[in-house]
Amino acid sequence: MTYLIEGETGDWEVVIGLEVHAQIISKAKLFSSAATEFGAEPNSQVSLVDAAMPGMLPVINEVCIEQAVRTGLGLNAKINLHSVFERKNYFYPDLPQGYQISQFLEPIVGEGVITLDMPEGPRDIGVERLHMEQDAGKSLHDQDPKRTFIDLNRSGVALMEIVSKPDLRSPAEAGTYMRKLRAIMRYLGTCDGNMEQGSLRCDANVSVRPVGEKELRTRTEIKNINSVRFVMAAIEYEAERQVKIYEDGGSVVQETRLYDANKGETWNMRSKEEAHDYRYFPDPDLLPVDLTQEFVDEIKASLPELPDAKKQRFVNDFGVAVDDAATLVADKETADYFEAVAESGNAKLAANWIIQELFAVLNKDSLGIAESPVSSDDLGKLVGLIADNTISGRIAKDVFEVMVTEGGDPAQIVENKGLKQITDTGEIEAMIDALINDNPDQTQQYRDGNTKVTGWFVGQIMKATGGKANPQMVNELLKKKLGLG
Amino acid sequence: MNSLTDLTIARSRDGLDKGDFSAVELAEAHIAAVEAARDLNAFITETPELALERAMASDERRAKGAAASAMDGIPIAVKDLYCTDGVATTAGSHILEDFTPPYESTVTQNLKEAGAVMLGKTNMDEFAMGSANITSYHGNVINPWKLDDGKDRVPGGSSGGSAAAVAGHLALGGAGSDTGGSIRQPASFSGIVGMKPTYGRCSRWGMVAFASSLDQAGPMTRTVEDAAIMLQSMVSHDKKDSTSVDQSIPDFAAALTSNIKDLKVGVPKEYRLDGMPGEIETLWQQGIEWLKAAGAEPVEISLPYTKYALPTYYIVAPAEASSNLARYDGVRYGLRVEGDSLDEMYENTRGQGFGAEVRRRIMIGTYVLSAGYYDAYYVKAMKLRTLILQEFQQAFEGVDVMLTPTAPSPAFAIGEKMDDPVQMYLNDVFTVPASLAGLPAISVPGGLSDEGLPLGLHLITKPFDEETLFRVGGVLEEAANFTAQPSYLEGVA
Repeated sequence: MTYLIEGETGDWEVVIGLEVHAQIISKAKLFSSAATEFGAEPNSQVSLVDAAMPGMLPVINEVCIEQAVRTGLGLNAKINLHSVFERKNYFYPDLPQGYQISQFLEPIVGEGVITLDMPEGPRDIGVERLHMEQDAGKSLHDQDPKRTFIDLNRSGVALMEIVSKPDLRSPAEAGTYMRKLRAIMRYLGTCDGNMEQGSLRCDANVSVRPVGEKELRTRTEIKNINSVRFVMAAIEYEAERQVKIYEDGGSVVQETRLYDANKGETWNMRSKEEAHDYRYFPDPDLLPVDLTQEFVDEIKASLPELPDAKKQRFVNDFGVAVDDAATLVADKETADYFEAVAESGNAKLAANWIIQELFAVLNKDSLGIAESPVSSDDLGKLVGLIADNTISGRIAKDVFEVMVTEGGDPAQIVENKGLKQITDTGEIEAMIDALINDNPDQTQQYRDGNTKVTGWFVGQIMKATGGKANPQMVNELLKKKLGLG
Repeated sequence: MNSLTDLTIARSRDGLDKGDFSAVELAEAHIAAVEAARDLNAFITETPELALERAMASDERRAKGAAASAMDGIPIAVKDLYCTDGVATTAGSHILEDFTPPYESTVTQNLKEAGAVMLGKTNMDEFAMGSANITSYHGNVINPWKLDDGKDRVPGGSSGGSAAAVAGHLALGGAGSDTGGSIRQPASFSGIVGMKPTYGRCSRWGMVAFASSLDQAGPMTRTVEDAAIMLQSMVSHDKKDSTSVDQSIPDFAAALTSNIKDLKVGVPKEYRLDGMPGEIETLWQQGIEWLKAAGAEPVEISLPYTKYALPTYYIVAPAEASSNLARYDGVRYGLRVEGDSLDEMYENTRGQGFGAEVRRRIMIGTYVLSAGYYDAYYVKAMKLRTLILQEFQQAFEGVDVMLTPTAPSPAFAIGEKMDDPVQMYLNDVFTVPASLAGLPAISVPGGLSDEGLPLGLHLITKPFDEETLFRVGGVLEEAANFTAQPSYLEGVA
């Protein structure tokens, strides 16, 4: 299952590290009180600090510190009680201060780990660090043929940069890592993970090496990838590009590249020589961040149940299959939905119905679970009707269809359409008796040992009852009648 | 001489309280003095209408018996790096020549709320970088103290405009700012009192930044008591400045008890520089004698890291400045000089917008922060800064206050030391250590040089012990009995 690139000289392994920029959920920016809402009029959410007016000073937004610590704890990472904001100096029109306030030598969160559920089993991916920084503004190059416009709404928005170790070995792992990280942050309520709106962005560091080689080779960095699919595609393209370079006798140059989603290619943005000297130094406008252990412990005590723990609980307490549990916990809304449905009493059935029937409906219309046409309450009732033998699984599918298209309470639908399962043994017995009487041939075949005809009998009963007979009951009664007769 | 401009803040307050004159009269007298003294080039922007408006409001408050503070109705000069709402704020630079902030710095807001009457914005070295007020885009400030040689002398810097305004009786007090000596050295050169409180006492919010870890606001006045009164209306704990300190604020003027009996006065031997003019040494010795005579006990102390203070300062301050001044890029406000590319626009704007000294310090700062030099310069300087602080802390276990000269020379003529930046930087050799350690310090006029120019004595105390600073300063002032007046005042008399 290992992901390898087959080259002419042999197999190549790809080594990937991801730097994920996650926008912290907070009402105000990292160092100012300006709002952070997405989609506001350009330059409508800009304070004097964000515009770097003379004499303006940053003041740390404590909510953002709390959110970063919460995220660190969610990644099972070391929380550094002492951390320092530094200035990363470079000139760009959408960087009003001429420096970005970021953490460098002393980040707020140290090493952690994210466990990936891969088809071949769980994989632990190391997190190197998490640090906080402010976002830059946005340069708008497409508003005017000659001029560039600047929107400072994003300027100063709080970001967490989460850096993985170079532990990822395939595009699929990179994709799973992104999804898992996003799920954890959504569970924690620290980042909404919305990649289209830019609240989650990814830089991928990619290198390749022949299988068996221990040293890491030169890496390239693909900047600002804005979807999980593109992360995977960009890595795949870049790894193959590098293999080809080596096999053609060349060497990979350390550089920053960009991914063109339309062409499916990466291209050089700047080489190492053009790299900035950021002249980091501690920001003298800010004091170091010194946290108490109590502060951290308090946040820890308030952490919600995270995907891994939830998955384990679904397996242990509900008897849900591991793969199904992993699917259900991939996002918090689905997990919550499942738990609500599972209250019907049959968790395994609930899991099956969500993963097979409901997901099919949602995927068809690209809906999220929050937009599901069937509420967890109603689906729970439906599962309950199956579990207590009111309707069969087959009938349930018909009822579900009605629930999706017309909505309504499943019990009511069953009632209205007369779909209630026939569980009156007397009624079914009478039908079987009549069937045996009317079909001596089939009856004889059975008695001669051809038990396959049972299917025919069942089919006849189901047909006669419009599928409402309880199949299990029909089977049992048939055996009894044919055996005894 | 116009008598209303010759008062102190304390006596003006008394006169206003007694109704001897009104705030409007006081303001008018000073507005006239400012207009008459334009040859000193002390002000970049005069705000006479605003001053009269505030003076009128002050008179109304007093009439109701509701004076806001001892500063209510007191005409002051404000260094042009304090952002003032609706009033141009240039920091002495071409790059901010047309900049008018829509906000008021915390310190000037405090002064405004205390009732102080702003006469205008004073000239200064560009971005507070200088010790002679010769780097201002708006030209040199001329020291009201003149000799018979006909040469104009510098007022010191960078708060040279405020110093000249106070020394020239154009304002009763001046708001200055001190990064490495920018209040104290011009106070010494101009024969006035200049005081830098503990780092964190005054908010830096709305002050155009030079070096954030050093910049500190402070008063420039003609007496120690006035400095105490004015400081009272400048300090505050400000949540908008993370380095502002939440510390109880004493009644500074009440500390002037004249009682310094048994106080231990440290005299750091390392401040005795080779080649220091005899007149400086003599005055220093005289200062020690004055304090001794008042009952204090002089103690020779050693601060061996002192010799590293100036080089440390000239790494730390430019490093911070190089980053602080990156925001002046021609994109959002201030000067923009167009170019064919973005880089060219940056180069044109910053090349033409900043003067030579500012460009020099940006270059130094950029260099010491660069990859490969950072450890050798910036990191080492920060270590030294810690050692200097620790050395002060240790020394203050044995003494209550330190006495040193303020500057190694009296005011020099405009044009001197211009071609040698290092000679110029030496002006701050006695003031920089307290800046690096964030300690409160004051310069008090001690006497005249052999030629007849003022010389200051410099006191340093523990963090947040401004009271001892004012108390000892008051004793020095009394003993020195510095009554000499700048020749400029005689000239306009």
